[in-house]
Amino acid sequence: MKSLLGSIFCCMFFMNSASAQAVEMADVMRSNGKIYVVVAVIAVIFIGLAIYLFGIDQRVKKLEE
Amino acid sequence: MQSKWWKILGILLILYSIIGGLLFPVPQLNILNETIRNLYFHVTMWFSMIFLMLFSMIQSIRFLNGFDKTKDTKAEAFASTGMFMGLLGLLTGMVWAQFTWGTFWVNDPKLNGTAVTMLIYLAYFILRNSIENEDSRARVSAIYNILAFVMMIVFIGILPRMTDSLHPGNGGNPAFGNYDLNSNMRMVFYPAVIGWILIGVWVAQLRYRIKTLEINKENS
Repeated sequence: MKSLLGSIFCCMFFMNSASAQAVEMADVMRSNGKIYVVVAVIAVIFIGLAIYLFGIDQRVKKLEE
Repeated sequence: MQSKWWKILGILLILYSIIGGLLFPVPQLNILNETIRNLYFHVTMWFSMIFLMLFSMIQSIRFLNGFDKTKDTKAEAFASTGMFMGLLGLLTGMVWAQFTWGTFWVNDPKLNGTAVTMLIYLAYFILRNSIENEDSRARVSAIYNILAFVMMIVFIGILPRMTDSLHPGNGGNPAFGNYDLNSNMRMVFYPAVIGWILIGVWVAQLRYRIKTLEINKENS
């Protein structure tokens, strides 16, 4: 799990260095048709939902006590 | 089940499937194109629903074996969460169908079977709400729930495989394991399935706990 995530980030850094020679200052988030931006947005939404779910869990726990 | 680790595991698995599902390489196929990535999100809803309904049926059987009311509450919580997952699966499937098969709804045995399944489970909730007496409500709905699960397996697991269907794995179409689910996709798909099952169980557990609080409040 962690090593897979690590390999994703390694890929990202590799792409970053490959595009460094272009005049345009391209970074990871602007490569590959900016798909990483979409990934980031969905990830943020999902993490937000997860945190919210934990919040509900805590509230229910408080009520149970 | 009060511990936290499996909830975090579920979230991490889905997070991984979102990142990997959008970025990892997939087979390049006509018509499907990039929508093949929907497999990680659309199909996992159905897997999650089927497992939640299975857990619901198990709770119903456990209720009938001893008439412990908490088991009935658990069965209801699992079934309603499973229903929600199924609704999401239906809606995501409709969007996917629009851009690959051409319409939101085709007369595919799997789609119609799913629609019937949703109605069967809708009847489960209507049945629950229509019986005033708590004891008989729990007993009748537990028995109906077992029937509903069997019907679901028949309608979405068996019948579509016996006729022609647009879905992979049905009616002569190649199943998972041929061209449409290579080892790359498995690496994302199976963790995603486990993740969504865990999240489904978590939501069902929350629903059960809130319901229990409500019941305790009514009785006190």
